[in-house]
Amino acid sequence: MEKLLDILRELHPETDFETETRLVDGGILASFDIVMLITRIEEEFDVVIPAKDIVPEHFNSVKALYALIEKISEQDD
Amino acid sequence: MKRACKTAIGILLACIVFFGALFALTRLAAPKYHDTLIDGHLTGEYYDEKTDHDVLFVGDCEVYENFSPVTLYNVYGITSYIRGGAQQLVWHSYYFLKDALRTETPKVVVFNVLSLKYGEPQSEAYNRLALDGMRWGAAKIGAIKASMTEGEDFMSYVFPLLRYHDRITALTAEDFEYWFKKGDPVSFKGYVMHTGVEPAAETPQEIYEPKLPEQSFAWLEKIAALCEENGIALALIKSPSIYPEWHPEWDAEIAAFAKAHGVRYDNMIAENDAIGIDMQTDTYDQGQHLNVYGAEKLSRWFGKVLQQEYGLKDHRGEAAYDADYAALTERYETEKQRQLSEENGT
Amino acid sequence: MLFPSWAFLLFLAVLVPVYFLVPKRIQWIVLLLFNAVFVCAAGVLGAVFMVVTIGTVYAASRAMDALFSRQRETLAAMKETHTKEERKQTRLRFEKRRRLVLIACLIVNFGILFVLKYGAMIGRFSAALFGTRAFGQDLALTMGISFYTFSTVGYLLDVYRETIPAEKNPMKLALFTSFFPLLVQGPITRFETVGRALLEPHTFDGQRFLSAGLRIAWGYWKKLIVADRLLVAVKALCARPNVYRGDFIFVEMLLYAACLYADFTGGVDITIGVGELLGIRIEENFLRPYFSKSISEYWRRWHITLGEWFKRYVYYPLSVSKPMRALSKGTRKLGAGVSRRVPVYLATLLVWALTGAWHGSRPTFLVWGLLNGAVILISEELKPLYARFHKRFPRLTASAFYRGFTVIRTVLLLSSLRILDCYGTVKEAFSSFFSMFTTWNWGAVFRGGIRSLGLSYTDYAIAGLGVIAMFALSMAQRKGAIRPRIQKRGTVFSVCVLLVLIGTILIFGRYGFGFDASQFIYNRF
Repeated sequence: MEKLLDILRELHPETDFETETRLVDGGILASFDIVMLITRIEEEFDVVIPAKDIVPEHFNSVKALYALIEKISEQDD
Repeated sequence: MKRACKTAIGILLACIVFFGALFALTRLAAPKYHDTLIDGHLTGEYYDEKTDHDVLFVGDCEVYENFSPVTLYNVYGITSYIRGGAQQLVWHSYYFLKDALRTETPKVVVFNVLSLKYGEPQSEAYNRLALDGMRWGAAKIGAIKASMTEGEDFMSYVFPLLRYHDRITALTAEDFEYWFKKGDPVSFKGYVMHTGVEPAAETPQEIYEPKLPEQSFAWLEKIAALCEENGIALALIKSPSIYPEWHPEWDAEIAAFAKAHGVRYDNMIAENDAIGIDMQTDTYDQGQHLNVYGAEKLSRWFGKVLQQEYGLKDHRGEAAYDADYAALTERYETEKQRQLSEENGT
Repeated sequence: MLFPSWAFLLFLAVLVPVYFLVPKRIQWIVLLLFNAVFVCAAGVLGAVFMVVTIGTVYAASRAMDALFSRQRETLAAMKETHTKEERKQTRLRFEKRRRLVLIACLIVNFGILFVLKYGAMIGRFSAALFGTRAFGQDLALTMGISFYTFSTVGYLLDVYRETIPAEKNPMKLALFTSFFPLLVQGPITRFETVGRALLEPHTFDGQRFLSAGLRIAWGYWKKLIVADRLLVAVKALCARPNVYRGDFIFVEMLLYAACLYADFTGGVDITIGVGELLGIRIEENFLRPYFSKSISEYWRRWHITLGEWFKRYVYYPLSVSKPMRALSKGTRKLGAGVSRRVPVYLATLLVWALTGAWHGSRPTFLVWGLLNGAVILISEELKPLYARFHKRFPRLTASAFYRGFTVIRTVLLLSSLRILDCYGTVKEAFSSFFSMFTTWNWGAVFRGGIRSLGLSYTDYAIAGLGVIAMFALSMAQRKGAIRPRIQKRGTVFSVCVLLVLIGTILIFGRYGFGFDASQFIYNRF
């Protein structure tokens, strides 16, 4: 979780990611950021997020995103 | 329940105000045809007639500027009316005749053949001049349907605001003056007077189709049939105007049609000497239309033809006609003097 | 049928009562029949293409569904008897077959779209090659094909991704594809939302009816009073690139911006309003786009559904695709910054090239798309610079003045890019654009220049008032939706607003004889 927050802060230092729940709907994370984020997640977590999971619900909060990462890494095993 | 009632009344009131305003705006935006484009006023003036007519002229400018019903009455006692208009096409004439038959049955219908050269609707503006003033009925609906050019739609004849709404930003004093007022007639039983003189000059040669369009003859057939049904004698004429040109091939076609249908056809261009028309003095626009002197001469000549050929009754001495035509003659003379003094003034 | 036509109004006047009078059970069937009438009225050829789309997408989605369930059964049966690796191979085999089905279906549908959009170009090409013309320009305008193809293919892709199950009844898919208000100029919709809403029963609701009426009237208002009026001047300006140069181009930019906004948002207002008449909610396509502070924000607020579609089905899949990831990894030695940027950059530029191609077949559209992508990428790179600027001048950058500046900057930038929309060739567009900086002729513009464009000063005044009204409404909208606020003041008040809208359209609208019932600009796509 902390690792994920670090990646996010790298992208947008000014945002309080721990509490924000409308990252995509609120326009904080643009499509550009999301792709950057996915690339970073692959680097750090060795998890590839498939296209069908790239939907606002999964990226609106750190919690949701972390849950997604965990789900995918479990499936891979 | 009470609230629903209040809402219903509120909506009803709003609608009444809305449609009232639209009605007023429609009247305001529609062209008045009174001081400008007076041709558009002619169609509606027919409905103000108080007496009936033995002779009904239908056709284009070659009737409404070339024949004078005042002269026909004062010289021969023939009652007549001209239902003509600018570039009035043959189906306009047909529907005007049909429209007139709702209220009267003339003894003779005189149709000027020049418009037969057009078999297709020509221009939206002329359609509007001819049709805007027409009273509603099967004839008007038929006339609109036959006349519409590409891009026109029927609805805009029913609700003229759809056509004229852009005039709202370009209104003139005329629009306000005749907003709800019809205004004085601009014609004398359909005749539009001009006192000016402009001698005929060399007319340009034009290229032309040697055959008149078939559609024109289809409509002419309909006119002939309508007359026959109602026991009306049809007379075809070609007014003595020398321009636009009237070609011998066309003339032969009309003559053949007349012969086949047993109706009279007069090409008056050939009769100009007999009528006494001098294109140096009797036209106001180089031979296209006659001025009042030419129209009076032509009416004297044609009145005799009508009287001899169709045995029309002399109505002079009948009180209703005398009163009507006396008032008309007075207005006619006044207008003639007004135009003459205007000419001399400038 | 175009929105501003008697035929369309008559169509609605028949549909609405019929829709609410028939039993709820068959409402959707009635709607489907009306859609069929609408589609056929636009041309039989168009109907044929639509049937092909519905048929192929239906077949493909059902085949995928079948493959999914067979895959599940097979894998379940293999669970005890086979190794993990063998099961993976089986899964991959099924995946491959699904992909084949998908690709075949996409080829057919995008093939139709391609031929229709680029038909004229192919025609010229084949004429040059074989001396005969294979396709004519007349094929090029099949109504709404760009919109419904995207919506329906979106549905197929959702089934492919197993996000939604395939619809079993082909008629229900047909209803979604052919929903008539969407065929004029979109928006692109999703089966899960609009497709489902179309199938639900709907009851008549007076207040909703009134609300829909207000929205439709406002759409016509924008379209007929502002857009169609300004279109005359815009067309005149674009038609003579040799004459109208210099400051005329600036005027053209502003007029076109207003015209396009009024036209496209007006049309979508009508579409969404018609949906609301029937009780069907259609996605919003605009969110006050001209209030955006950057181009990328603008594209999240203008033609939202198209952007979403490209993001969902092209941009994201492409940026996480295997080749992209391999490329990213391969460039790691050039530095983390470069390798992370590779997927984003490539995907952005490709999506923008496609967006450009979607808008039209001329090369100008491609250049327009790529320039949009380039501006977005550049502003992304400049972000750290902006951040420094904001830190340095916090008071200035927090002010309303600065916000206004960024909004105006965005509108001007966009309008500059749109110059490419107006001209036939890229060269003409660039030459016109740069003439703004080399020719100083405001004098000519105001010494009657703008009156030579087919509009009178009165026309400009009316359009200007219209623009002010649109702006005022957008400002008011920031504090919440407008129509509920109108309706809160009572039914009679709402009816009065509606009548005022209709009355002003009738008087000041540009319609009827002498004015072309010009098509919505976006109808071309």
